[in-house]
Amino acid sequence: MKWWLWGLLAALGVAVLLSPLASRWPDGLERVAERGGFLQEAIGKKVMRAPISDYAFPGLGEGNVARAVAGLVGTLLAFGLAFGTGKALARRKRKEIAGDGDSRT
Amino acid sequence: MHIPDGLLEAKVWLAADVAAAVIVGICARKVRKDLAERQVPLLGVMGAFVFAAQMVNFPVLGGTSGHFAGGALVAIALGPAAGVVVMTCVLVLQCLVFQDGGLTALGANILNMAVVGCFLGYGAFNLIRRIWGGAGGLTGAGFAAGWISLVGAATVCGLELGLSHRFSILGAVGAMGGVHALIGIGEGVVTATALNVLARVRPELLQGSIVRGEAG
Repeated sequence: MKWWLWGLLAALGVAVLLSPLASRWPDGLERVAERGGFLQEAIGKKVMRAPISDYAFPGLGEGNVARAVAGLVGTLLAFGLAFGTGKALARRKRKEIAGDGDSRT
Repeated sequence: MHIPDGLLEAKVWLAADVAAAVIVGICARKVRKDLAERQVPLLGVMGAFVFAAQMVNFPVLGGTSGHFAGGALVAIALGPAAGVVVMTCVLVLQCLVFQDGGLTALGANILNMAVVGCFLGYGAFNLIRRIWGGAGGLTGAGFAAGWISLVGAATVCGLELGLSHRFSILGAVGAMGGVHALIGIGEGVVTATALNVLARVRPELLQGSIVRGEAG
């Protein structure tokens, strides 16, 4: 098995097994905003609605299963997005080296 | 520390959008020039790990939680330019698919966690590594780089809140830096641990001899 598949599996393990155990306390920024009295400024200001809001996969409630599935999907998407971006950038480089003076990319 | 919509004033988030777009563009150009094809899978693994680890909030003092951000680790493993590209991928995904961080604040979040996190973490690591070789240096410099990177990102985040008149600038910077000085301990531990694992499993993928540490 390719080494990076092990890496991806480890990340998936973190997302699926550890993320449901995550602390639900407000994070550092939320706590500062709350103490500063301006956290409510963010209420109702969302400019878009994301499909998997707050790491709960839709249709599975708000519990651990919804979070684990959201983690699984997100980790795969993050892998694909970073891998794909890297691949696209590396490929363009090859083209530029191979192409004779065509540097429109 | 993903900033939601509604906390930053328009002039602040617009300026951050422009700055982030320019810097990410420069980093992408650099990656196009330097990235070796064999490093591409490591970009994917880093993106996956950062996303997963950011979901695992751990409790810190006083009913507050924090999570690993990853800028230092990714920049040390891949170089700061590729690090910024990977962190940007994760932040865009979190914003568009998971409602983590506002769309208007995306530039500010990229500036804090990708740009500041990566460059500060990378710079700190290499500076410390120069005087502290060996396996101990890898752990020590990794821990310090993680801590500095997270506290730096939080400080700039505080500056943006201050400029948006949410606080006095000093108050915002102090509050953000203070909370994240604690969260940064977790950042340092995860950064040092992951670097040790990478150095053992795939040392040839880590760029630069400083990670491998001939000094020790």
